[in-house]
Amino acid sequence: MGLILDGVLQAFRLLLAGDPEVWRITLLSLQISATATLLALAVGIPGGTLLALTRFPGRGLVVSLVNTGMGLPPVVVGLFVTILLWRNGLLGALELLYTPSAMVLAQLVIAAPIVTGLTLAAVQQIPERFRLQLLALGASRVQMTWVLIKEARLPLLAALMAGFGGVISEVGASMMVGGNIKGATRVLTTATVLETGKGNFDVAIALSVILLAITFLVNWALTWIQQRRRA
Amino acid sequence: MCALGAPPTPLRAESRVVILSTTTSTQDSGLLEVLVPTFEKQNGLTVKTISVGTGQALALAARGEADVTLAHAPALEKKYVEDGKMRNRRFVMYNDFVIIGPEDDPAKIKGMAKAVDALKRVAASGSRFVSRGDKSGTHVLEQGLWTQAGIEPGAPWYIESGQGMGATLGIANDRRAYTITDRGTYLAFGKRIALPVLVEKDRSLLNIYSVMEVNPANGPRVNAAGGKAFADFMLTPEVQAVIRTFGMDKYGQALFVPIAGKKDEDF
Repeated sequence: MGLILDGVLQAFRLLLAGDPEVWRITLLSLQISATATLLALAVGIPGGTLLALTRFPGRGLVVSLVNTGMGLPPVVVGLFVTILLWRNGLLGALELLYTPSAMVLAQLVIAAPIVTGLTLAAVQQIPERFRLQLLALGASRVQMTWVLIKEARLPLLAALMAGFGGVISEVGASMMVGGNIKGATRVLTTATVLETGKGNFDVAIALSVILLAITFLVNWALTWIQQRRRA
Repeated sequence: MCALGAPPTPLRAESRVVILSTTTSTQDSGLLEVLVPTFEKQNGLTVKTISVGTGQALALAARGEADVTLAHAPALEKKYVEDGKMRNRRFVMYNDFVIIGPEDDPAKIKGMAKAVDALKRVAASGSRFVSRGDKSGTHVLEQGLWTQAGIEPGAPWYIESGQGMGATLGIANDRRAYTITDRGTYLAFGKRIALPVLVEKDRSLLNIYSVMEVNPANGPRVNAAGGKAFADFMLTPEVQAVIRTFGMDKYGQALFVPIAGKKDEDF
């Protein structure tokens, strides 16, 4: 128990003392995961809405694939993205491996199915009668879709939180495609693995506490947005 | 995703990036974090250090996914050199492995001169032994010792952690088991590991680190010049002097002994 308490105190010391390395790692974690989540929203909200509102042959299969994708193991994503980005890989010419961009790409692959799947569920649970009513009232398809998305905003915010939570906390993909390079691609999760390996348990706990605090603050802010009209 | 849209670099001949594939022990010890910035400043190159097990470090290099490799598995390294995947293998430094185990030493190996004999006793007594099991340099050395002992270790007393040295030490400590560790990591863990050193200073426990350049034929994008520059850098008198004292302040003893210029025959 003493060790955990030491770690918590260490976390405050590191942050308050303005340890530049810890701040850099923390900001990079936020930057990468926020970018990946925003991109996942850009892909997942239109994708999920489209899947919810259209019927086509093979739709069942696509929905199953998206739902499976919601549970993609990060380490598997990491392995495939790494091979894709190898110098001699398909996208090797871009020279992205071991850069933050590669980590954004991997995290996007992890988060996009989560956002897509939850958007699909959110839009689909709006009764079909409501949709027909909108159309009967003279709404265009674009207007109707917009109203539906607004109607589904609470579960959509949940999708945002699930996507962000999934990527800020993953370590397998970040380790593989980023390489945990000091000053370049080291983030909170990979740094925690490294410090644990070195036997610096207090620093590892401190980094974990910072990660938990960030996740909490982000979710708290989003929950506040989600719940404010309800109060 | 601005960087994804960046135009691909057409030619790599002038690349300013050197990818160093190496073992976790060199990074965990903190040595590279001291040396790499000096190299980057002197040469105007950026080094990307990828710390993985020795097996993976060499495998990546053989695919042309790295430019230079710092490893510690002589037998495996020589195979890659013979296959033409790696070139110009040169010694950089050494430290040593030690066999640690529970204080009450159920296999009675304390003070034995030969690591192989000690392992024979561990197996014969069925005492728990934790192996890295990850193709790291440490694991390769351990496997070599079992082969020499003529023993095929297995369950129930033989535990494979599949993890790095730090995690493996933790498991051995928790299970009151024997294990082989490099001295540097063992020192770094200090009082957290209650297992004393039982066998040490055997020739077969030497842990020799070599630097190798990647054959440019392994892939079209190998930065051969950058890789060679880093290999040469590791052998300069300045770097060898840094290695000689590295760790003194933190552990009261140096973690590595520099041996640039020495050959296999010298050991």
